[in-house]
Amino acid sequence: MSQRHLRVARVCKNFGRQRALVDVTLQFASGEVTSIVGPNGAGKTTLLGILSTLVRPTTGEIFLGEESIHKDRTARQSIGYVGHEPGVYPDLSAQQNLRLFAALYAIPDAEACIAGMLERVGLGGVHHDLPARAFSRGMLQRLALARALLHNPDILLFDEPSSALDPVGVRWLADELDRERKAGRLVILVTHDLDAAAQVSNHIVVLRRGRVAADTTKPDGFAPAEVRTLYEEALRDR
Amino acid sequence: MANTAPTPTEPASQSPRLLIAAAISFLLIVLACHTIADAPREITMGLVQKIFYFHVPCAWLLLLSTFVCAGGSLAFLFGGSERGDRVALSAAELGVLFGLCVLVSGPLWAKAAWGVYWQWEARLTSSLLLWLMLVAYVLARRYGGASARRLAAALSLFAAIDVPLVYFSVRFFRSIHPSNTVVSTLGPGMRGAFWLSLLAFTVLWTTLFMARMAAENAHARLVDLELRLDQAEETRT
Amino acid sequence: MTASFWRYTLLIAGKDLRIEGRSREVLYTMGFSAALVVLVFSFALANATDPAQGPITAAGVLWAATLFTGTVALSRVLDRERENESIRSLLLSPAPRAAIYLGKLIATAALMLVVEVLLAVLVGVLFSAAVFTHPIWLATVLLLGTLGFASCGVVFSAALLRARSRDALLGALLFPIVIPVLLAASRATACLFDPLAPDLDPVGFWTRFLLATDVIYISLGLWVFEPVVAGE
Repeated sequence: MSQRHLRVARVCKNFGRQRALVDVTLQFASGEVTSIVGPNGAGKTTLLGILSTLVRPTTGEIFLGEESIHKDRTARQSIGYVGHEPGVYPDLSAQQNLRLFAALYAIPDAEACIAGMLERVGLGGVHHDLPARAFSRGMLQRLALARALLHNPDILLFDEPSSALDPVGVRWLADELDRERKAGRLVILVTHDLDAAAQVSNHIVVLRRGRVAADTTKPDGFAPAEVRTLYEEALRDR
Repeated sequence: MANTAPTPTEPASQSPRLLIAAAISFLLIVLACHTIADAPREITMGLVQKIFYFHVPCAWLLLLSTFVCAGGSLAFLFGGSERGDRVALSAAELGVLFGLCVLVSGPLWAKAAWGVYWQWEARLTSSLLLWLMLVAYVLARRYGGASARRLAAALSLFAAIDVPLVYFSVRFFRSIHPSNTVVSTLGPGMRGAFWLSLLAFTVLWTTLFMARMAAENAHARLVDLELRLDQAEETRT
Repeated sequence: MTASFWRYTLLIAGKDLRIEGRSREVLYTMGFSAALVVLVFSFALANATDPAQGPITAAGVLWAATLFTGTVALSRVLDRERENESIRSLLLSPAPRAAIYLGKLIATAALMLVVEVLLAVLVGVLFSAAVFTHPIWLATVLLLGTLGFASCGVVFSAALLRARSRDALLGALLFPIVIPVLLAASRATACLFDPLAPDLDPVGFWTRFLLATDVIYISLGLWVFEPVVAGE
């Protein structure tokens, strides 16, 4: 894993007459877990979409190190994304899904990697023939994480990761995020849950109506009350 | 990507050009009508043959619309040109309009000439298919969902590429029927009327195209102004 | 196109075909609906007193049924990507968009060809068409016609992925465009089915026409696929 910074440079995104993002400038460092919070319609999912290269910004650019991620196809090798939907093939089993993605990302020693990854996300005991269609929501989320981590990306992106998980799953995810942060990965998550954000992040970004309303980093993490105050401050009308 | 999309042309500057174009168009049409009326009657078909002065220019405009649409689509799809998208839409709609004229006038003529409304003749059939593709373009724009504009753009590119393919496949398919190379068999009086009619129709197309583009440009300008208004309000609060 | 490009293409095509092999849902539904289309035509066009109609009608029915069930194949092959948003994972990977296009094209064409074999046999039986007289020619025409149809279809089907009127629109958009393919393929097939045909020159002509059309369509599809599926 390299130690490159992710830099958002004056990104704007318009959908017809709707301005989803306005002049967003941010910087993310490896070893940081950033939570992007904000009210509905603030542009959080759009920003994540742009960071993942799935959505093109109307103006502005995103740099990973020196490369512009939208211009360089190989930048995708450094990005892992877990969205609302698991992004796996329901007719294939967990192993088959991961084998496909291992091949797409040209991962060496794929079988060992896959076995290790399945163990790590807690799917090691699942029958190897069971299609993903038969998985529970929590199991699918774990498989999605395995898919996103398989190619050892520098950047991990999550869109509302704990929304479909039970309390056990939420705790498991928090542990995973902590582990990734310690491993030096750059993690960005979009979430509504301020307490969860406080629990896992050391960088908080508040978006409001497409603009950055607050951008604070605390290497040792936040207390839940701090995040709430930050959030309310940022959203208060001046 | 350009920093800001270029502001669509001020509507005020378009009005004089549009009026001039409309005026020229009107004059040419009046002139063409006179010339067509004065043109000698064709021996075998009589008055009905004069449909030809409308039918052929409309077919030419159908073809023109297809290629202008494809050109705009190319600019939109690969250059991100919003203007290209507006050009494509305007051209496609005009193509549907003039194509309809072709498909109505053609069978009327065919009935008089061959006794049947439809004969799978190469050019008429090709026109039908081309018209269907432009109708498909308009449908795709309207009902194509999130990627409607890009879907329609791809469609128009395939349609443009299809023009020679459709024509040749239908022509070889119907090789038993004689092709009608009508223009070269025109008598001297008729030739003048024909070219004038063609010019009049082309200017009409151009006028309508400009009008349609003006409407689209005005709409784009409205969107742009709304965005700027939002931004101004934001910076004030 | 580099070796890695073809690796991606075959990976994606293989994935779709493997999924089909597991569930066989598309094959069964396609096969059955194709057979029904042929039956409907054979009843609608039943003409016991005029055997000379045979080869043209048979060829026409074969290709009409192929086109209709081809749209089913297209919807299904692309629909699979909509479930669980797996298309997003594909687009996020380093795979070139053109490789995704070709992979989907190969998978769709393969599915269609399997069903077409069944259709050819059915048409041979119901219309007394000479299906087995020139098998290599027939296979060639089937292959080229299928590729022509699928090469346009994959582009439109992918663009319609999120549209509500997806199923209604696909046929409406696709059929006018693929008429040249339909014409060429059905003329070639009619000549192949015709026991009284003096020679196979028309077949050669229309096959070359199909080949040229396929090259044009696939080239355009490769070029256009990326901007069409790229994020807005």
